[in-house]
Amino acid sequence: MTVDSTSALHLDEPYARPVLVEGDRDIAAVTRRVCGVVEAPKPPKAWYVAITITSAMTVMLFGCVAYLIATGVGVWGNNSPAFWGWDIVNFVFWVGIAHAGTLISAILFLLRQKWRTSINRAAEAMTLFAVCCAGLYPSIHVGRIWVAYWLFPVPNQMQMWPNFRSPLLWDVFAVSTYATVSLLFWYMGLVPDLATLRDRATTKLRKGLYGFFALGWCGSARHWQRYERAYLILAALATPLVLSVHSVVSFDFAVSQVPGWHTTIFPPYFVAGAIFSGFGMVVTTMVPARELFGLKELVTLRHLENMNKVILATGSMVGLAYATEFFIAWYGGNPYERFVFLNRALGPYWWAYWLMVFCNVVAPQFLWVKKIRTNLWAMFVISIFVNIGMWLERFVIVVTSLTRDYLPTSWGYFAPTWVDICTFAGTFGLFLTLFLLFCRYLPMVAIAEVKTVLPAAHPHGGHGHKEGAHHG
Amino acid sequence: MVESAIQAGAKPVYGVLAEFDDVDSIAKAAREVRDAGYERFDVYSPFPIHGIEREMGLRPTKLPWIVLVCGLSGTSLALFFQWWSNAVDYPFKISGKPLFGIPANIPVTFEFTVLLSAFAAFFGMLVLNKLPELHRPVFESQRFRRATDDRYFLAIEANDPLFDAKRTSELLQKLTRNPVELCHDSGQSGALPSWLRAGFVGVAALALLPLAATVWARAFDTTRPPIHIVRDMDSQQRFRAQVANPVFADGRAMRPDPLGTVAWGELGASGAAQAGKRGDTFVDAFPLPVTSNLLERGRERFAVYCTPCHGQSGYGDGLVALRASELQEQNWVQPSSLHDPLVRTRPVGQIYDTIVNGVRTMPAYGRQVSSDDAWAITAYVKALQRSQNASVDDVPLPERAKLGVQ
Repeated sequence: MTVDSTSALHLDEPYARPVLVEGDRDIAAVTRRVCGVVEAPKPPKAWYVAITITSAMTVMLFGCVAYLIATGVGVWGNNSPAFWGWDIVNFVFWVGIAHAGTLISAILFLLRQKWRTSINRAAEAMTLFAVCCAGLYPSIHVGRIWVAYWLFPVPNQMQMWPNFRSPLLWDVFAVSTYATVSLLFWYMGLVPDLATLRDRATTKLRKGLYGFFALGWCGSARHWQRYERAYLILAALATPLVLSVHSVVSFDFAVSQVPGWHTTIFPPYFVAGAIFSGFGMVVTTMVPARELFGLKELVTLRHLENMNKVILATGSMVGLAYATEFFIAWYGGNPYERFVFLNRALGPYWWAYWLMVFCNVVAPQFLWVKKIRTNLWAMFVISIFVNIGMWLERFVIVVTSLTRDYLPTSWGYFAPTWVDICTFAGTFGLFLTLFLLFCRYLPMVAIAEVKTVLPAAHPHGGHGHKEGAHHG
Repeated sequence: MVESAIQAGAKPVYGVLAEFDDVDSIAKAAREVRDAGYERFDVYSPFPIHGIEREMGLRPTKLPWIVLVCGLSGTSLALFFQWWSNAVDYPFKISGKPLFGIPANIPVTFEFTVLLSAFAAFFGMLVLNKLPELHRPVFESQRFRRATDDRYFLAIEANDPLFDAKRTSELLQKLTRNPVELCHDSGQSGALPSWLRAGFVGVAALALLPLAATVWARAFDTTRPPIHIVRDMDSQQRFRAQVANPVFADGRAMRPDPLGTVAWGELGASGAAQAGKRGDTFVDAFPLPVTSNLLERGRERFAVYCTPCHGQSGYGDGLVALRASELQEQNWVQPSSLHDPLVRTRPVGQIYDTIVNGVRTMPAYGRQVSSDDAWAITAYVKALQRSQNASVDDVPLPERAKLGVQ
């Protein structure tokens, strides 16, 4: 591309925006850069170190799950009155993280935020892996996992149907639909890029495997036309879906009668928190990944800065939600409600509450400063705070309300067991193992989509846009 | 080059393939080819070129309509199924709420609508694009590999009515500086290797086995006990009452009471006060003093437990008995009259025993009536019997004058 064409493209913009792809902005360079990660004979040494650790943790996860299934849910710290413990905390934590991927792919797509193209693939993959971790918890939490199919409306020997008016059943539908649609969305985006890998493959195995999953994609304009329409429809479907999933998760709490849970603020508050935690996790994983695999020109500082802005905005929303809860507890005049919130801040779990406020409300405020939000180390540390804070938020909601329920005689203090701790650590192992495998064997950046934001992708790019729209 | 290829003629011609350098030249070429009247041609590019469908004269896809239909089916199917399963087939009654109310059924309806719409969008796109199609004639061109990288191609198919290998090639050659090539259809199928296909079929067949076994088990009756893959609480391992247990020296699973212990409720059960008899003989004396308090207690308990059948006076004409006779109940045994000579001559121990343990169809009242109360009732029954069969001798002398007898 010539310099002219670049400047001509910028004339079209209301003001000059920073470029979405830095360095060599040739179409072939994008292919080379992204496929190079997959085609390199050996991944970086750090990859081996990382996957050794994470796969060991995954094995530990499977060990813990096997022990739980063989022994019973009693190996966890769940006990009267806190019948929901780390299992539900971790489920909500992982489902929340799973929201960033589809948000980036769907909502930012509908809003025509073109900067999403460099990060949507990795974020969607994270969505899937986080849903895997999240889905694990409710299924092992049921205890008798061999009858977990009772959750689904399949004819069974009891001749009963599930209760469709229960939030727990809504949850089954919401999370499984979300996992399925996210998988379809992710895979559909992968198809053209798998075709690229197929056409560049040098070994028969790679050609066969990538070719099989590329479904024979040939880049036909007729195919692209339907593909783009399908992508737009999926984005339009996934947008309300992503908002519904965490709303439904919040119904698990809000529809019950427990003080501290029974509030109408929960759906928007949970959704904002989910986006917040999801973007936190994307920053946590993308900052090292782009360094490790040399994708700095595609995932630019501008992408990271934009994500930090989203973290700042949603973190402030979460802070507003915390304040609103306290205001309503006072303004509503319900003494039980007021007790629950005073107990949250000043009761036995005060440490969790104030740590949560620091991580979720105070820490992101540093991102107002441009120097901090464009500094890799600073944003990495803040994103870690966000992850910790959002875990604590779910812990505070679940545990403080349950351990101070209606009967003061049964009040208690929740303590996790070693199985709780190892299972949770193990889910990080599973998540990161899947992510590392994804980075190594699949295109981490949506190749075809990034090409569409390059100047060379637009007809008449060489002659400027003054000629007007396309002919015909 | 093109002509020699035609003459070679070994394989059927699929079409003519032209390569382009950039988006502008391919867009222009698409328009020229369309203006020349060709219909069966296609443009291949590594990313969607916006506006190319207008240059090519493509009609909008009907995919959105497919999605709409599937989405609406999802909505109605979900609503119908929730109504049928929760209000008709297995009605859930929860806190008196209506069996079917739209608000509580919205989340599942929404999710199912989205699910079916997403399936329609994805699989509809695949079906309309005739994917998967692992092999295409254009893939036989080495240059075409860059169609997924950085090059743009236009192919006019041989089955277009206007197609003429020479003239079509010339048309395309005018539009690009890259050499135009003739594309052959080697007839190579895109099918998977046969061993792989056999593997898929084998795995699919094996995957159907559990389902087939389930259907078989559901369809046929058997006398054999069910197979429990996972032992639940109802099939836990334990020794049943009458089986042998090798753990104990005497081999019995049911253990006798340890020496020196008494089971609940068995203390003193062998005594005359509790049993109403000594050895095998019914006692004929009350084991506790008969006072007016005891008789009063007996009358009160008798009214509670005995009058429904035996009646207030003990003639066996209680309300239950009257109603049963009225209805001519087949299995009803008329309660005994307590004034029957046989009953009157019974020792008090036997009456007590009848109250505690029951007789014939009369149930045992030992669980509802304590031992002392059973003696109180017995005393009252004896008084009742005497009152209904009294002679003037039973009346004390000072009272006889009131009755007007001697």
